[in-house]
Parts: sequence; structure tokens; C-alpha cells
Amino acid sequence: MNFASQAAHVNPWSAATMIACVVLCSTAGEVLTAAAMKSLGDLDEIRARAGIKGAIRAVLTCPLFFAGVSFLALAFFSLLFALNHLNLSLVAPASASLTLVTNAVAGKILLKENVDRRRWTAAVLVCIGVYFLAH
Amino acid sequence: MILGLVAICAPLGDSCLSRGMTRLPTISHDHPATLIAAVFTPWIATGIALLIGFFASYLTALSWADLTFVLPATAFGNVIVALLSRFWLHEPISLERWAGILLITLGVSFVAQGPSLTERPGIAAFGVESSKLEQQSAANETESAVEVVEEQVR
Repeated sequence: MNFASQAAHVNPWSAATMIACVVLCSTAGEVLTAAAMKSLGDLDEIRARAGIKGAIRAVLTCPLFFAGVSFLALAFFSLLFALNHLNLSLVAPASASLTLVTNAVAGKILLKENVDRRRWTAAVLVCIGVYFLAH
Repeated sequence: MILGLVAICAPLGDSCLSRGMTRLPTISHDHPATLIAAVFTPWIATGIALLIGFFASYLTALSWADLTFVLPATAFGNVIVALLSRFWLHEPISLERWAGILLITLGVSFVAQGPSLTERPGIAAFGVESSKLEQQSAANETESAVEVVEEQVR
């Protein structure tokens, strides 16, 4: 059995679960990393005050940053696992597009960002654009 | 500039890694150590350096801008890669991909017109101000009440 036929024989629910894992881990990673950076404040100011070493130390001593990076690593391994079972032409556009939308929702709910009509429109346009570009 | 670095470094880094890995002979599961040797080849080392640059720029951008601003704005990197592949590598681009480029450009222009950071009054700062105001108004009320009593006594 070659790889293409192996990918074609995956149950649609299993495929959806694999893509959902990639999207959820990636969203959790992005949100935690963003929260970590917001808690630190402007990195340019920290660098001006404490130098590049001070900025690196500030980032590396933030627990939220490590939680974010852990989820991003998990997202990467979920992506590798999904690519082992599914075609790249399905996984790459689906995960990239859906992550933009879930990030917009998570940004609004968890980070309390002001996701106005302009940002929703941008997220949806970029989401469809990435799908077309990568398909 | 930081957003531009994020948009450029990530796709260029990925391209360097892809180019470096395809030039290497097939790496088998039996010899995983060859992967470590691959890190020191020029293309892959350049790719890793570019991806480190991407991550540093991305973290800097997140420290002063919203996640929902940074992600769509940096998606312009996909357009850069497509245009590079068309005009530098002379790869054909289908109508579907041109439509994708147009939609991403539209999305980026939409988000770029708005504010990059959600303005929120600091809860603590606002709390302190309001409690000060309350104390001030309470003090004023007490003073005026004392004055009224004193006038009544006179």
C-alpha cells in the first residue's frame, strides 16, 4: 500500500480529530505566548533598559512563555503525526486557516482583545486566502 | 519593520530548510545521528538562523501588539513566498493561488488600518482613581456637613 492510498483510507472522523489536535495545540501555544509577552511589557523598552541579555532573561524567566512553547511543540508533533496519516494538501491549508479563526476567538475570549468587525473580516479573508494559496 | 521581519524570516527559513533537506541523501531511521550532522550544512544552518530571527521578531511584536493583529498581518509572508516563486524561481501560479494572494492582501490591508493594541484602562489604576474620588467627595460632604452644623449652632 503506498502513502497516497494509505492517506485516502483514513476515517474522516480520525482526520478531523488529528487536524483539531493541531489547531487546538497551536491556538493554546499562541495564546499563552501572547499572554506571556503582554505580561512582560514592551521588549524594546526592556532591551533599551537592561540590554539584550536582560530582555532574553525576562523572556526565559516567564513561566507562561514555557507553557506556550510547550503547546507549540505539541502542535508541531501533532502536525508530524497528522502528516504521517494524511496528505499535506489537506493538513497544511486546513490547520493554517482554522488556526487563524480559533486564534481570533481565543484572543477575544481569553486575552480580552478588541476583535472588532475589521479584525474578523481580516481573519476570515486571510483564512480563505491561505486555503486557496496552499491548496 | 518587526512585522516585516516576521513575515519574511519564517517563509525564507522554511524554504532554506526544505532546500537543505532535499539536497541531502535520504536519512534512514537506522542512522538518526545524520540528522545532527545535517544541522551544520550551510542551507539548514541559514534556515535555523532565519527561524530564530523569526521567533525573536514574533515575540517582540507580541509584546506591543495584539495576537489578533500580528497573525493576519504576518500572513503576508505567504504572499511573499508565492511572488518569489513566480518571479524568481519562474514557477507557474494558478488562478486559485492568485485569488488567495488577493484575499490575503485585502485581509492584511483591513487589519493594518486599525489599532495594533487594544486600549484598556488599567484596572488597578482606575480603581485607585475612583477610590480617591470617593474619598474626596466623602471628605467634601463631611466638611459641608460640619459647616452646616456650625452655622446652625451659631
